[in-house]
Amino acid sequence: MSIGHTLLGLLESGPRHGYDLKRAFDEHFGQDRPLHYGQVYSTMSRLLKNGLVEVDGVEAGAGPERKRYAITDAGITDVAQWLARPEKPEPYLQSTLYTKIVLALLTDRDAAELLDTQRAEHLRLMRGLTERKRTGDLADQLICDHALFHLEADLRWLELTAARLDKLAEAVRT
Amino acid sequence: MTPAGSLLHASALRKAYGTTPALDGADFSLHAGEVVAVMGPSGSGKSTLLHCLAGIIGPDSGTVHYGNRELTAMSDAERSALRRADFGFVFQFGQLVPELTCLENVALPLRLTGAKRKEAEARSLEWLERLEVDTVAAKRPGEVSGGQGQRVAVARALAGTPRVVFADEPTGALDSLNGERVMTLLTEASRATSAAVVLVTHEARVAAYSDREVVVRDGVAREMVGAV
Amino acid sequence: MRARHLALGVRFAAGGGREGWIRTILTAVGVALGVMLLLAAASIPHVLDARQQRGDARTAVEGAKPVARSSATLLYARTETSFRGDAITGALLRPDGPDAPAPPGVRELPHSGEMVVSPALKELLASPEGKLLRERLPFTTVGTIGQPGLTGPGELTYYAGSDTLSTAHGAHRLARFGVGTQPPPLNPMLLVTIIVACVVLLMPVAIFIATAVRFGGERRDRRLAALRLVGADVPMVRWMAAGEALFGAVVGLLLGTVVFLALRQFIGSVTLWDVSAFPGDLTPLPALAALVALAVPLCAVAVTLFALRGVTIEPLGVVRNNAGRRRRLWWRLPVPVTGIALLLLNGRVDRGNGVVNPYLIAGGAVLVLFGITLLLPWVVEAVVARLGGGPVPWQLATRRLQLGSGSAARAVSGITVAVAGAIALQLFFSTIQSDFMKVTGQDPSRAQLSLTLPSGDVATTRKMMAQVRTTEGVRGVIATVEASASRPGPVRKGEAFAPSTQVTVGDCPTLGELAHTGACKDGDVFIVKDNSGLVDDGYLFKTARPGAQVLFNRDPQTEEPDGAPRLWTLPKSARTVDSRKAPSGETAFGIFATPGALDTAVLDHPTAHAMVKTDPAVPDAAEYVRNTAARIDPQMRVITLQNLERDKQYNSVRTGLLVASTATLALIAASMLVTTLEQLRERRRLLSVLVAFGTRRATLGWSVLWQTAVPVVLGLALALVGGAGLGLALLSMAGKTTFDWSVVWPMVATGAGLVLLVTLFSLPPLWRMMRPDGLRTE
Repeated sequence: MSIGHTLLGLLESGPRHGYDLKRAFDEHFGQDRPLHYGQVYSTMSRLLKNGLVEVDGVEAGAGPERKRYAITDAGITDVAQWLARPEKPEPYLQSTLYTKIVLALLTDRDAAELLDTQRAEHLRLMRGLTERKRTGDLADQLICDHALFHLEADLRWLELTAARLDKLAEAVRT
Repeated sequence: MTPAGSLLHASALRKAYGTTPALDGADFSLHAGEVVAVMGPSGSGKSTLLHCLAGIIGPDSGTVHYGNRELTAMSDAERSALRRADFGFVFQFGQLVPELTCLENVALPLRLTGAKRKEAEARSLEWLERLEVDTVAAKRPGEVSGGQGQRVAVARALAGTPRVVFADEPTGALDSLNGERVMTLLTEASRATSAAVVLVTHEARVAAYSDREVVVRDGVAREMVGAV
Repeated sequence: MRARHLALGVRFAAGGGREGWIRTILTAVGVALGVMLLLAAASIPHVLDARQQRGDARTAVEGAKPVARSSATLLYARTETSFRGDAITGALLRPDGPDAPAPPGVRELPHSGEMVVSPALKELLASPEGKLLRERLPFTTVGTIGQPGLTGPGELTYYAGSDTLSTAHGAHRLARFGVGTQPPPLNPMLLVTIIVACVVLLMPVAIFIATAVRFGGERRDRRLAALRLVGADVPMVRWMAAGEALFGAVVGLLLGTVVFLALRQFIGSVTLWDVSAFPGDLTPLPALAALVALAVPLCAVAVTLFALRGVTIEPLGVVRNNAGRRRRLWWRLPVPVTGIALLLLNGRVDRGNGVVNPYLIAGGAVLVLFGITLLLPWVVEAVVARLGGGPVPWQLATRRLQLGSGSAARAVSGITVAVAGAIALQLFFSTIQSDFMKVTGQDPSRAQLSLTLPSGDVATTRKMMAQVRTTEGVRGVIATVEASASRPGPVRKGEAFAPSTQVTVGDCPTLGELAHTGACKDGDVFIVKDNSGLVDDGYLFKTARPGAQVLFNRDPQTEEPDGAPRLWTLPKSARTVDSRKAPSGETAFGIFATPGALDTAVLDHPTAHAMVKTDPAVPDAAEYVRNTAARIDPQMRVITLQNLERDKQYNSVRTGLLVASTATLALIAASMLVTTLEQLRERRRLLSVLVAFGTRRATLGWSVLWQTAVPVVLGLALALVGGAGLGLALLSMAGKTTFDWSVVWPMVATGAGLVLLVTLFSLPPLWRMMRPDGLRTE
């Protein structure tokens, strides 16, 4: 996920302080990993440098100075372009697992067990997500579902691989 | 006898259809009130395992114990009586009697155990409400949607307050949203009545509603102990 | 276009793989069964005609004027006997010269002491069972009677040669065999019966054929749905379905014809209603056969198109819209009512002089029976809609019927028509049976056989008494010689003729059976009063008074003694007593004398009569007596005494009806079974699910029973009402009002038995389908 584009999108509805931005981000997208302030400010400085945001004003008061950020026209264009661009499909998990399986087969370890263990781990995670979905609100449910579908897809790949292990072993060893 | 604490226990089940083996020495254990997913690819023997566990078919060899009774040593009539009294069933499709109303369908197992018609239907209506399908009580299965029909089936499986619910691909014919709803209602209701559930599925998202899973491959069931 | 789709359907049926063939075979076998029955029915006119013709050709007619004796005449005397219940007819023949005619089927007249016999009689005589009969027919068999001389292959008949036959001895002279006149028209009541019987028996067959072409319809519909998916439109698939049915019907038509021709060869061994037929007799009338050949395939097409009206075949499945509209009564009810009205319109045909309009009667009966099939779906729907509750099997059955009462009604409509028709006919029969059956007044506990000599010279009479008495199995003989006696002298003033009475001579035990004689010894004479009211005592005493003289040989024409007067004086000691009913049911009165008081030699034209009491321990006693009688005189009449005399024809018609309607019911049961099994097969998966729940086999068995029983019970109830209505209409036509309900129950019981049978036969497949295999979908 691109944090820069997300923050830009949040600014589009109106200027905000850095603290506000973090809160809004966490509220909507931060269930898995809340944002650090450092991330917010480093991102904002990059966006400032690129001319996608500008400082709308500084409020003095107790504690640190509070800068209010507003989105620029270039920023709005950038968000629109990002939203319109498809994500590059990332075979992020498979690449790692594939490497593991091939290594297991090459070293005569039990690749099936490796897959079973992985499946159990997947299911453990999915159980947790399912439980969270049950207790959470709609946003929780949607996000959990997203993860669940991804994990399920991984599992399907695992099943298929498990079914083809013999052929794979043949291919790897020759 | 079942090992300490387990409600349903099968050991070394073998079953072949013709020359094709469906189960080849499968072991299984179920504790009271837990939800166990039986997973595995098509043709791995999942459904055969469920049928053996529920006493619908007898294995060629091996034993199934329920409590301190041996299912595999019981007569057909005794097993039928046990299924009526202690078990509930949800299948993928085609399980509702088309000419009975949904309410009558839910009441059917209750009436088979000898409950009075009025009483059975009153209880069934409560279950339909619980599964949020009381609006279709008077309709025939042909007149309700797949999701509603499956919820009626779940209501029917649970209305008799069984100790074990056997669910064979209960969401197999449903879309994701309806499948999810049916699974949520099934697991919540079975937990509320502390019924154990044997859930046969090939879908991981459905299996995720379970407490643990068992994988059947080539007629052998593996318990995924190391995963916890 | 239609023809092309029809042809396409035929091709599907012929080349549609295993399932297509099973369907075609089911339909073909069903249609073949029906076609066989139809062809048999179409042959009945020819069977009856051929029998009638051959029967007429051999009849010996006694003309009004005696035939003059010539070298081309013969003497003929008919004989009748029965052997263990089978009637045997025969004739004694004595040619007057070398040119004497031979009866049909006989090549050469038998000489004295010889006989020609029918093949069936020959077989009987040659068999061990025929031993007793061989003694009765002491003739040498010299040949067999050919087909032209027999009404049927099972007939027992013979012609025997005689050299003692005389016209004085009961024979008459013939110049030829056969009648040239038209046979008398059939009894109109019998005609009514035959018309209704045909309608009753053939309508279910028609319904059966209509059901047969629908066998396997649900599967076919699904196959047609697949055709819609690849682009066929609704009329196209309908005509294709019609084509498939047409193919099945044509195959069935051919199969039925072949089987009919094959079975015809065995018709000779079947005897129904005392009637047997030669294979050649069983030839359908060409017009009727053509009608069957045309109507069956046309019906197949029509029924299929009609049945598909209520079914929408969509590309993705079949929708039955039978739950759509409610059935209406208003257009159904007038049909049977019109039928009854038509029957009543015909008026009365009793006493054999009524005019029968066969079209009116057949039309009326058809409308009534057809009306019943129209009413049935309405009744089933109306009643089933009100059913509910009850135990689980009942609930399953009634709910299923509520969802599709049409198919259930269709299945039982055949039964309903058959039973309604049979009930109507049985009612009709039982009531007109008084015309066929009479109370004889005979008392079989006192004597079982009655023998009468055609002419009684004293020597023969004595011979008969002696021989009968010593016959095996005879316990007692009541033998009398009877003649008449009158007051001697001329007719007095005021009298139209001389008073007379009858004389009965017999021993004391015999007289004791016929009158309350009290103490009796040989030499006693009694004057027996008639207490049946026929003759008053005053008239009797004009002739029979103690001490009075009587004349035996008065010629009734001249009122003068026939030759020298034969006179006898009643002794003064003669007592006057009351008469007693004889075992034969007759009451004798007049002068009773013991042989010691009156010598039978003085009697004029005496006749001998004997009643025989047989030993129940000797089962063939009656046959021994008949043998004795035949030995004394082949023309002696031997009658079995019984309480009730039932017309044999009536009895056999009743049996025939029962057999035919049972056969029809069985046919329909077969089609119900097929329908039920088809239904069960469709629900295989559901049955497995129910078993998984722990549903008892008995629960499902009962639900199948109720599902069959409810429509059948309704059908039978309607049949009872319709049948009684039709029966009453027929009865009122015959001028009768009372009827016997007891004949109805056998039909109802048969229907109920059928339900059980269908259920019973569907149970094993049901058990098989209740195996969990149905749950395996993967």
